Amino acid sequence: MTPNAQPTAPCTPVSKPRDAADCAVTAMVEPMVRFQGVVKRFGAHTVIDGLDLAIARGEKLALIGPSGSGKTTVLRMLMTLERLDAGVIWVDGEPLTQVQRHGKTVPADSAHLRRVRGKIGMVFQQFNLFPHMTALKNCMEAPITVLGLSRREAEERAVDLLAMVGLADKKHHYPNQLSGGQQQRVAIARALAMRPKVMLFDEVTSALDPELVGEVLNVIRKLGAEHDLTMLMVTHQMGFAKEFADRIALFHGGKIEEDGPPATFFTNPRSERTRQFLRAVLEGT
Amino acid sequence: MLWEWSYALEVLPPLLRAAAITVEATLLSFAIAASLGLALAVLRMLGPMFAWPLSIFIEFVRSTPLLIQMFFLYFVLPQFGVTLDGLTVGVLTIGVHYATFCAEVYRTGLENIPRGQWEAAVALNLGVFTTFKDVILPQAIPPVVPALGNYLIGIFKATPLLSVVAVLELMGTAKILGSESYRYVEPITLVGLFFLIMSLVSATAIRAVERMLNRRTVG
Ligand SMILES: Nc1ncnc2c1ncn2[C@@H]1O[C@H](COP(=O)(O)OP(=O)(O)OP(=O)(O)O)[C@@H](O)[C@H]1O
Ligand SMILES: [Mg+2]
Repeated sequence: MTPNAQPTAPCTPVSKPRDAADCAVTAMVEPMVRFQGVVKRFGAHTVIDGLDLAIARGEKLALIGPSGSGKTTVLRMLMTLERLDAGVIWVDGEPLTQVQRHGKTVPADSAHLRRVRGKIGMVFQQFNLFPHMTALKNCMEAPITVLGLSRREAEERAVDLLAMVGLADKKHHYPNQLSGGQQQRVAIARALAMRPKVMLFDEVTSALDPELVGEVLNVIRKLGAEHDLTMLMVTHQMGFAKEFADRIALFHGGKIEEDGPPATFFTNPRSERTRQFLRAVLEGT
Repeated sequence: MLWEWSYALEVLPPLLRAAAITVEATLLSFAIAASLGLALAVLRMLGPMFAWPLSIFIEFVRSTPLLIQMFFLYFVLPQFGVTLDGLTVGVLTIGVHYATFCAEVYRTGLENIPRGQWEAAVALNLGVFTTFKDVILPQAIPPVVPALGNYLIGIFKATPLLSVVAVLELMGTAKILGSESYRYVEPITLVGLFFLIMSLVSATAIRAVERMLNRRTVG
């Protein structure tokens, strides 16, 4: 792969000058993920409305915004759990769901989809562990069947990751023998076992009792510190977003209302909507 | 005397041989019903291109009597040059017939798997085959084992139909023995007893399997 392989269409600057500046920066180094004119509808309801968003390699992006603004949908499209109605998602320089054939853009076949999807991992709000497998088996399944690791290699990898998330002693437990926080940490280990380049976190602490939130956030902090993973996380935890993310993006009506580094985003938001949203959220906490 | 022990003992050996055939036919039919049923349910789930031809097939098999299907395969197919022996015809017909019912049972099991399990499988990039084999079926099948077990007993009770295609299963054998000696009480009673015992044995076995599966899945 050429290091500077550029997506065909140039990064389209959106009305605001800051976005144009963003484009200039990201044009030099190919972004890890780029949403380009992405549209998603559910029936007549347009949920994502021409989204343009580039996420740099290793960047930690927090997606915030009111309920129903489309944050989950953005992650789900990137994980290929929802199809797009228009636009392109680029992952590591390749379109996720399309391929070029005879100069035409056609929907990708499942082989392409699986290859590109292999770069992405996702952690769900409801954990979605496999209930009939132990923590260890949950983490070994995909590395063995998808990556072709031997049982021993997969087990080594799984054991390391379970230790990393602080669950070395729970590897033979089934999900229903673990607390929510522990299950979510297994889910993180399971996703990491595939060595993704991009990790998606969708409100991964929302289903947890308050006293279990910290242990999961600590694992994410550790991940951020030890790996150069690109991370997209949807969160309602403003404190964590502020401390952890390189950039905050506020969603509103299927578009990014405002984005920027935490320092300026929280202290000096440009948009009135952002101010309103922050006021409402911070009041609640 | 209504019941003669000496005659009962005399007919016991041929009846036991016939019982072996009945059990064989039951197990073979159930193997077909359970595996073909699973294949039908999974295929139906995989896409609309399979869904409607399969629905037509299932509807057809279900809404024509087993007896007629058996007759058709046994007496009509040979006219087209396909000759199958009675046991094969019987096992195939009963197996396919019950497969359509098993498919429905599996479908309920499959539909009860939460969407999150499928999505986790996609997120982990598992292939379709692996997703079914390792993730979905191990969760979908254990809860439907009792329902499948009922069909095992149903198939068992359908085996007397095999006598119409000249298979010497229990019921047919009892009838032949009876017509030879003009004594029906002993052979038919023994047959009834045998069906009762086998049904009880199967029910116990199914419960044991169920318990074992539950232990495994709940952990
Ligand atoms: N499968 C679906 N069918 C129909 N509408 C959907 C579907 N999934 C999401 N939506 C709608 O799309 C919109 C965006 O949903 P999404 O889940 O992305 O929001 P969100 O920003 O994640 O909200 P929350 O903070 O509540 O999780 C909502 O109005 C939702 O009702
Ligand atoms: Mg959401």
